[in-house]
Amino acid sequence: MQGLIQFFQHIGLASQFWATVLSTIIYAAAVFGFLAVFALVAVYLERKVSGHMQDRLGPMRVGWHGFLQTVADTLKLLAKEDIIPRNADRVLFILAPVVLFVGTYLVFAALPFGPGIIGADLNIGLFYIIAVSSLVVIGIIMAGYSSNNKWSLYGGMRSAAQIVSYEIPVGLSLLIGVMMTETLNLGVMVQAQETGIAGLGGILGWNFIQNPFAFIAFFVYVVAGTAEANRTPFDLPEAESELVAGAFTEYSGMRWAFFFLAEYANMWIVAVLGAVVFLGGWNSPIPGDIYVPGIVWLFVKAFAIVFVQIWARWTFPRIRVDQLMTTCWKYLTPIAFFNLIGVGFWLMMSPF
Amino acid sequence: MTRADIYTRLADQFGDSIVEFNDESLQRYIRIEPSGWYAIATFLKEDPDFAFDSLMCIAGVDRGPKEDQMEVVYALFSMTHRHKITIKISGPRADFHVPSVESVWRLADWHERETYDMFGIVFDGHRRLKRLLLPEDWEGFPLRKDYQVQDYYHGIRVPKIKPKKLTP
Amino acid sequence: MRDLRTEEMTLNMGPQHPSTHGVLRLKLRTDGEVVTSVEPVLGYLHRCFEKHAENLEYPGVIPFVDRCDYLASMNNDHGYALAVEQFLDIEVPERVEYIRVIFAELQRIASHLVAFGTFGLDVGAFTPFLYAFREREMILDLFEMTCGARLLYNYIWVGGLSHDIPPGFVEKTYRFLEHFEPKIKEYNDLLTNNKIFIERTADVGMLPRDVAISYGVTGPQLRASGVDWDLRRDEPYSIYDRFDWKVAVGVDAYGELGDCWNRYYVKILEMQESAKIVRQALDNLPVEGDVHAAIPKKIRPPEGANYFRSENPRGELGFYIVSDGGTTPFRVKMRSPALSNLGVIDEIASDWLVADVVAILGSLDIVLGEIDR
Repeated sequence: MQGLIQFFQHIGLASQFWATVLSTIIYAAAVFGFLAVFALVAVYLERKVSGHMQDRLGPMRVGWHGFLQTVADTLKLLAKEDIIPRNADRVLFILAPVVLFVGTYLVFAALPFGPGIIGADLNIGLFYIIAVSSLVVIGIIMAGYSSNNKWSLYGGMRSAAQIVSYEIPVGLSLLIGVMMTETLNLGVMVQAQETGIAGLGGILGWNFIQNPFAFIAFFVYVVAGTAEANRTPFDLPEAESELVAGAFTEYSGMRWAFFFLAEYANMWIVAVLGAVVFLGGWNSPIPGDIYVPGIVWLFVKAFAIVFVQIWARWTFPRIRVDQLMTTCWKYLTPIAFFNLIGVGFWLMMSPF
Repeated sequence: MTRADIYTRLADQFGDSIVEFNDESLQRYIRIEPSGWYAIATFLKEDPDFAFDSLMCIAGVDRGPKEDQMEVVYALFSMTHRHKITIKISGPRADFHVPSVESVWRLADWHERETYDMFGIVFDGHRRLKRLLLPEDWEGFPLRKDYQVQDYYHGIRVPKIKPKKLTP
Repeated sequence: MRDLRTEEMTLNMGPQHPSTHGVLRLKLRTDGEVVTSVEPVLGYLHRCFEKHAENLEYPGVIPFVDRCDYLASMNNDHGYALAVEQFLDIEVPERVEYIRVIFAELQRIASHLVAFGTFGLDVGAFTPFLYAFREREMILDLFEMTCGARLLYNYIWVGGLSHDIPPGFVEKTYRFLEHFEPKIKEYNDLLTNNKIFIERTADVGMLPRDVAISYGVTGPQLRASGVDWDLRRDEPYSIYDRFDWKVAVGVDAYGELGDCWNRYYVKILEMQESAKIVRQALDNLPVEGDVHAAIPKKIRPPEGANYFRSENPRGELGFYIVSDGGTTPFRVKMRSPALSNLGVIDEIASDWLVADVVAILGSLDIVLGEIDR
């Protein structure tokens, strides 16, 4: 982003203000484009991975190995009739996907894609991301409430309980990364993971391997993050076999596509945050001067986490709503607190 | 216990209610009066020698307008003693009331409702005797031999098919 | 918990709902997510089977029987054919008996595979469904090569079969068994012993033994409650007394007897036993023989009535047939197992969560075609 502003100033755009506005628009459009492409790729990946896990091939007809299937589906979604139920709360119904998507989209302002590729390099980046991503829950509740459908209402209520609860273990686990690197700035956090134990660098520098508590925290984070993104086994807000499609039952066409896009964007956010905070961001796992662009490493790590989420989705049954709460409050949250204290002591005692 | 033993014991206990014991046909049965049925049913279930804890099936049969008879057939089975008995209750087609055994064997709940649904046999004492398979406002009882389809259902014409043999 | 009750809400589950296994409608009274009562509303798929049967000749009923329980057509055919044959007092050739048993047991495996797969779907696991359909497809291929149909076979006729088995069938069935038997372990690894699956199903929707018997719950659902009862063994019909197999009964592994997990697991065990029966039947299948018994052209059972029951994948399938001596049945009553099994839902699903109602319904393994007939 800074680079963009400088670029515009360099080519002769005198005003700092207009350069900033222009680059913001370009960056936002690029992020949107990235999101759309990512959703296409992720859906394709999901279908292919699930297909091969289930002894079938997945999409094969549209394009090479069905590569254009998701594009075709997007076109179908765009062309679909947009239905608003007569008794729905019109304003909220229309607003819900927007709020949900905006909540997700705002996160991308502070989410790094690679060294220097970041919208706003905030010094409270992580804090901002956690705060803004909470907007998602409002969108889902709005969708559930405004549809005037009991199944949707269940979905909305479940979602509220779920996301609010799981934010605690997610937040606490990320806090461990903050404690270890002593910064909320994601870029600085990645730099801090370059060296690590005995200054060897590579994979040994990454947070999750620094101490046992961080190691546990990483897994707590992935589990709770999957729940944050409403993915199976935690997909209760849309629980297909129970609530038809939960909060999104009444949505169709493009409005529904926005929910879908937000879900995949959330997966990406969870994956990138996990990679940045625990897996060393864009640092290479091998110490030394092998030149691979940082963005590649970040994407590889993020896609690995996305893959794990897809894998879990096609393997596990869904847990029940009370078990969801039990998992969060009786297991994940205490473990996360224990980790937090543990890391505190570790950092005080540790000679490194 | 053989069916004959069951009959003898039942006849001792409820002599007045028992009409007939048929030991000849393929499926031997005891025919009883409707009035005594609930007491007999409770006895058949509770008595340890009988212990008919399982009701296999309830079937209504319409003997047709000529005979003017309707039947309800209960097939009973005991899981403990592994013996069976068939109970038949007959009555007039016009106004046939049978005591409900829904509280004795829970299976009877839905099967009695189904029999009511199809034949219009009223089971006295059933807690929720309403149609099971057909809509609640359907007219007539389809498995009666002289059943005529109603003309309209909620303004929709009900197609009439002439009763003819469907197989050549 | 009781003190926290608030206003109740009526929730309509179905007739269009992903996990009511057809057009079943459940009226749920819910207090938050807790379901206080379940009232099934039936009849959306009522096709007047019993009225039709009164207007058809005895063999002509078979295609209609097929359509009642469309996941276990062979077993329905088998049950109906046996009921009429018992009525007529005719013996069918030994080869026919073996072929019938082979098909009935293959169909039982196929039906339980659907039950296994859809139960997985009900608790949110998608993959087992496709694993199950992979194997079911092979069974359907076997059926297709025999009688041309994949769902509604009209294969087992009164007094015999519609065709003889084609050449190569026996070898192909052996190959299927070779493939299928190891797959059971895969199912167990994937779903049966999965921690989340156990949490979802063990100790959920307990059906005590007495209640089960009183409600007329039969088949795997009854055996899951610890009742060692199987018509194939205890009232042996056809040639089931010639085979060496065990009746699958619920086990005390993860929860109480009669919970959803047991209702599910009994079906897995039963598939193994059915595979055993098929193997033995194939081993002893008489090589030569006619597949039609000598029966009169027009079937006229003697005047009277007969109740015959057989073991369907869902439980006790009974046919009460009344004859007036004519060529069409005077009355056919089908005692469908799924109808009786579903009757118990209010008893066992009340005071559970909405998600549990779905699991309980799935574990009862209903087929709406048979409930509504």
